[in-house]
Amino acid sequence: MSTVDTATAANARRARRGIRPTGTGTPPAAARPGRIAVGASRIGYEVRSYFRSPDAVFFTFLFPVIMLGIFTAAFSASGEIQPGPNAESISVGAYYLPGMLAAGMLLSGVQNLAIDIATERSNGTLKRLGGTPLSPVSYFIGKIGQVFVTGVLQAALLLLVASTLYGIALPTEPEAWMTFAWVFVLGVATSALLGIALSALPRSSRSATAVVIPIVLVLQFISGVYLQFNELPEWMQNIASLFPLKWMAQGMRAAFLPDDFAVLEQYEAWDLGWVAVALLTWLVVGLVISRLTFRWIRRDA
Amino acid sequence: MDTTPNREAPAVRMRGLRKQYGAVAAVDGIDLDISHGETFALLGPNGAGKSTTIEILEGYRLRTAGEVTVLGVDPAHGGLDWKSRLGIVLQSETESGVMTVREQLLHFAHFYPDPRDVDEVIAAIGLEHKARTRISKLSGGQRRRVDVALGIIGRPELLFLDEPTTGFDPEARREFWQLIRSLKDEGTTILLTTHYLDEAAQLGDRAGIILGGRLVDVGPVDRLGGAEARVPIVRWRDRAGTAREVRTEQPAELVASLVRDLDGEPAGLEVIRPSLEDIYLDLVRAAGAAAPDAEEAVA
Repeated sequence: MSTVDTATAANARRARRGIRPTGTGTPPAAARPGRIAVGASRIGYEVRSYFRSPDAVFFTFLFPVIMLGIFTAAFSASGEIQPGPNAESISVGAYYLPGMLAAGMLLSGVQNLAIDIATERSNGTLKRLGGTPLSPVSYFIGKIGQVFVTGVLQAALLLLVASTLYGIALPTEPEAWMTFAWVFVLGVATSALLGIALSALPRSSRSATAVVIPIVLVLQFISGVYLQFNELPEWMQNIASLFPLKWMAQGMRAAFLPDDFAVLEQYEAWDLGWVAVALLTWLVVGLVISRLTFRWIRRDA
Repeated sequence: MDTTPNREAPAVRMRGLRKQYGAVAAVDGIDLDISHGETFALLGPNGAGKSTTIEILEGYRLRTAGEVTVLGVDPAHGGLDWKSRLGIVLQSETESGVMTVREQLLHFAHFYPDPRDVDEVIAAIGLEHKARTRISKLSGGQRRRVDVALGIIGRPELLFLDEPTTGFDPEARREFWQLIRSLKDEGTTILLTTHYLDEAAQLGDRAGIILGGRLVDVGPVDRLGGAEARVPIVRWRDRAGTAREVRTEQPAELVASLVRDLDGEPAGLEVIRPSLEDIYLDLVRAAGAAAPDAEEAVA
């Protein structure tokens, strides 16, 4: 057999043309690109593919904007919401805006990533990536980055629509925006990690939406996104307190509603410290589950 | 995680490779070396263990027993540096729908230390006119070519091709062979599984036939099945009309003697030199029903 000779001859030809040979174990001259750099390129790729998927754009990106529109229109005749006598009152739209911001964080993170990654697992995308030198770290940077970019754009769109179309007054104090910023960053990070963790559950892309949507929907109903939280029975409030969405919504209300509204919370205060504790706890839970369950493929399954 | 790569080792080395699913051995003791720069074709019917073997080598499946090194590394513990030296074209095409051909290749090129030029690769797979088309809008054969492009974008030392040309029309298959030959000329080691024996004959330096998880024959493509399997066959019908068949190294002599004996043209005369396909089918038949469903059961 002259295969090795052929390869040697070919490499010699390539060497004469100044091309580095590929064959017989020559160590790569260039280093493998770093995980962070590849992760950054993944963010661009992921954001682009997100906005080219009509499902994602409609059911996660635009959904809270549409819901805000529906709530504002539906309750436009029912007057303003007032937390107590002599307290400042606000429109129904203004009251629901923080809830929609929280819902957007949950949808962009949990719903989007859980369905997206489960689909990528079942259609072979993850298997293909697992055969390349892509690090799972870079892959996660891409996914979490996608959630941040789309989440920020979604929040910006919500705020823009709220203030221009529905005339909802946005806070002017920097303190409110600081609260918004940290609740948003922490909430989006937690949602993204929980989405990755939840993606291990569905066995196929078809079951992904069936598994994920009910969870996300029930959380939205019990956590004060679609229904006014203070009007829910206490047992439901207690159940909601076990999950992160209630805390995201509470943090957002702290940022956007007048201080008088704090009395409507379960313990009559914004409890931002507890918001941070609850979200950080879920962040760690999401991180640990993601770390333990993520595989490029279900090996030998 | 990488064990120290052994550069003296062959590109692929298997000793006593086994993969067991419950009581079924999908791969049942394979010994094989593939040298650097060689193109090796793995042949066998569906369920014979081809894909299981190749997926163990790619690091996707864990073996039950045996020793394996791929580019000097145990694939069960292959790290990212090891993966950057491989190119993998899986059997099933994937739906990376929303990206264009060029975007997808540019993106994958980012993963590798020394990728090929994206436009050269697009030209090599003959999709220049589709470079800016979304992958979801391509035909099945065109998507398969994108799979191949993604397999070679990282300038692999070792390329796995698992039934790469299924669904190609004859012309596309010929163009694909040309592409594989040029990779081979560059020194790329190639492990190919295929159903098409002409493909194995065209591309393979050596081929192996896998049946029931065992390698029943290995050798240069023109010597598979041994010399005996290649002995020409002469068929004719005798005066009584009975079909006769004789295997002989001297078919012309036999035919001449038949003409003498019959004093004329023998009826239904055929002289057959067994093709690779005949030899392969004989081997498959001889092996009988060798756990034909093992691979489907686990796929």
